[in-house]
Amino acid sequence: MQWQFWIIQTLNSVAFGGLLFLLSSGFSLIFGLMRIPNLAHGAFFMLGAYFGFTLLQLKLQFWLAALAGGLGVGLIGILMERFVLRRLAGNEQGQVLVTLGISFIIADICLLVWTGDPMPLSAPQALRPPLRFAGFAFPTYRLVVLAIALAAALALYLLMERTRLGAMIRAGVDDTEMARGVGIPVSRLFTTVFLLGATLAGVGGVLGGPILNAYPGLDTDMLPLALIVVILGGAGSLLGAFVGSFIVGFIYNFGIALVPDLAYFVLFLPMVLVLVFLPQGLFGRVQI
Amino acid sequence: MTTPALEVAHLSKRFGGLPATKDVSLSVSPGERRLIIGPNGAGKTTLFNLITGDLSADAGSVRLFGQELIGMPTQRRVHLGLARTYQILTLFPRERLVHNVVLALLGLDRRRWNPWSILTASRDLYANARAFLERVGLGDAAERIVAETSYGERRRLELAMALAQKPKLLLLDEPLAGLSQAERQTVRALLDAIPREVTIVMIEHDMDTALAFAERITVLHYGEVIVEGTRAEVVADPRTREVYLGD
Amino acid sequence: MTPRAAAGLALCVLALVAVPWVIGNEFYVNMASQVLIYALFALSINMMLGYGGMVSLGHAAYLGIAGYACILATTAGYDQLTAAVFAVALSTAAAAFFGVLSLRAPGLGFIMITLALGQIVWGVAYRANDLTGGDNGIRHPARPMPFGFDISDAPSFYYFTLVVFLVALFFIWRFARSPFGASLKGARDQPRRMRMLGHNVWLVRWITFVMAGFWASVAGVLYVYYNLFLSPHAISLQQSAEILLMAILGGASTLSGPIVGAAIITLVKNVVSTYVERWNTLLGVIFVVVIVFMPYGLVPGCAQAWERLRNRMKSRKVSPAASEPAQ
Repeated sequence: MQWQFWIIQTLNSVAFGGLLFLLSSGFSLIFGLMRIPNLAHGAFFMLGAYFGFTLLQLKLQFWLAALAGGLGVGLIGILMERFVLRRLAGNEQGQVLVTLGISFIIADICLLVWTGDPMPLSAPQALRPPLRFAGFAFPTYRLVVLAIALAAALALYLLMERTRLGAMIRAGVDDTEMARGVGIPVSRLFTTVFLLGATLAGVGGVLGGPILNAYPGLDTDMLPLALIVVILGGAGSLLGAFVGSFIVGFIYNFGIALVPDLAYFVLFLPMVLVLVFLPQGLFGRVQI
Repeated sequence: MTTPALEVAHLSKRFGGLPATKDVSLSVSPGERRLIIGPNGAGKTTLFNLITGDLSADAGSVRLFGQELIGMPTQRRVHLGLARTYQILTLFPRERLVHNVVLALLGLDRRRWNPWSILTASRDLYANARAFLERVGLGDAAERIVAETSYGERRRLELAMALAQKPKLLLLDEPLAGLSQAERQTVRALLDAIPREVTIVMIEHDMDTALAFAERITVLHYGEVIVEGTRAEVVADPRTREVYLGD
Repeated sequence: MTPRAAAGLALCVLALVAVPWVIGNEFYVNMASQVLIYALFALSINMMLGYGGMVSLGHAAYLGIAGYACILATTAGYDQLTAAVFAVALSTAAAAFFGVLSLRAPGLGFIMITLALGQIVWGVAYRANDLTGGDNGIRHPARPMPFGFDISDAPSFYYFTLVVFLVALFFIWRFARSPFGASLKGARDQPRRMRMLGHNVWLVRWITFVMAGFWASVAGVLYVYYNLFLSPHAISLQQSAEILLMAILGGASTLSGPIVGAAIITLVKNVVSTYVERWNTLLGVIFVVVIVFMPYGLVPGCAQAWERLRNRMKSRKVSPAASEPAQ
């Protein structure tokens, strides 16, 4: 029993870490560039899960549903950025609070449309049977989620390091005023990054659906985890979001498995340690 | 050999790849009037920021009357007798002038920890604040809100706040910037009136006014000390001219 | 204080005292008690927000820690005073610790850390079933009898709450006008400048954080006395957000703002809940509307409108005299 248990938990942890990466990479990018902790990010994740549920109900193919769900959330993100956040440019405090208000609206509308019962999402048929290897059974779907998250991490890395868009984003993260000064279209960059971040969260929500389900409160369960990832890993750093996601994934998952009463509390200690000794986070580029 | 008021030794600071302050050393005697000049980007304000603790140095030491300041938080340096004005005015624009000076007085007064008594009841603080405003010619404007004063008046308010701290070392970052000719004369007269108990180090661009005020001058360029000496020496030195006209 | 302001204050206090007589209905007297409790809560968060410029999204944690501690101590057999003092002390100590963590990154980092800490407290309350009853919550046995007074009926509880509220209001009012308060406000506006004037900005902020936690703890004990029940919902992010909104809606820069905001939000919430189920959406919409269109809040906004009206009426009074034929 023991080995199987540890392997399953480890895999659950890395799969959850992968989901957390999809969630917090977007959050970290938005925060790094726009200096706004997007408190609606948990709601974006949850909305993605609900979109995924409905699209699957409509018999859409799973991967298409994931993409479409993500883009749907991305669209909401753009609307939010263009029509609300932009009006508060310069008022960072106001922008943060507004994202909080919008998170309430999104969460409540989800409750209205999909009711209070948890909505299960089914993994694609092909991935349901477990992968048997070396006498152990591995949850196939979770392995695939991990693979997707790793692919996304690679894609984001290439985007940030090898493309012009990425260079502009990095410049904006380092010094927004300077970036504007050298002609970088900062407004459009903000919208693009917001779209990217929201879509990532939405896709994460759909992919997480078969593991977590879509339920009211998913947003307030996921948001603090994203915050802790960014606090641990460092704001504005993709590497930080990557490493932080897996650390948190492990701690949270093993916490729930071993000491369910204290799962949240177990996250507390590493967060405290980092805050006390390394307030910039492990890889922080941005002073938060 | 008296302890220098300010002794900077091998002070260095880099921003990412760029060295902003390169191995800067200088020594200011008590009561001296020192002028720091150099073209834009020479690292003058960075040097001030390192002395006040607004920036942390990569290497080197800063001593105030023999006391090492590196590693000490800014407010403690202030309590040792350091005061500073800023190149870009940082006042409290929605408050009255007298309140601005009161905040300066409170910074060194135990009463600032009192969460119970009513501040405006401390008549001595307000009287003291008004006295400092009088000194800079703003006595009549004490009750006006900063946002409703002129730029020249705000510069003088900064000076009043710094003087209210009764500093031993006063750092002035371009105190004459943006002032009209007449206002410059006024401020210059105020600076002349500061007693010798206060050592002054000033950054300035306005050569006419500042040169006459300075006793010794340090010339900075690209973060390094290029020339240093008495006013006559520095003015005559060909490297000074090079720094401003050449390269 | 000017004679006019003193008279206005006296009138308000008189009105507050007269509430149970004027409003006979027990339901509304209870709501008035609720308003006072939330007003205290909003005033406590405003010490940080309005005077300090610090946005805390985890303030409900102190209501929760104090509330749960009070219930657990009472059920364990301690007398009411000990339980209440223990609850407030424990919660304030938590504030002292959380304050150190939250201030590691002032500005937006503060918002994120306070939110994370608040959620952790909520998460513990939600999952530690043995201790806190989890989602089901736990009951407080009965209302205490401070100094022998029975406060189990609505008017008596209201007066008890009013006394505590007025004492707290007095302390917070003096805090706002004290040298410490001036130091805090200065640190809000120009922290670098304040350091250069000799103020220890970190320490000022931390002490304020602890004081705000103290008053929130007091509100937490009152909350538990009022409801005789506590569940994790009371320490949710939504609760922290509502309290923040009360301060912002009323006007964070004023003393009366949070009180007005608490009254409005509590009344709207109670009224709206009976007709409409979408309180959360309304809360979110109010949030967005207030921050975009009324960032300074109602009290300063109304005061400005009042000033403009008075000026217009003054100039009207002048013109009829000017149009009189010269003698």
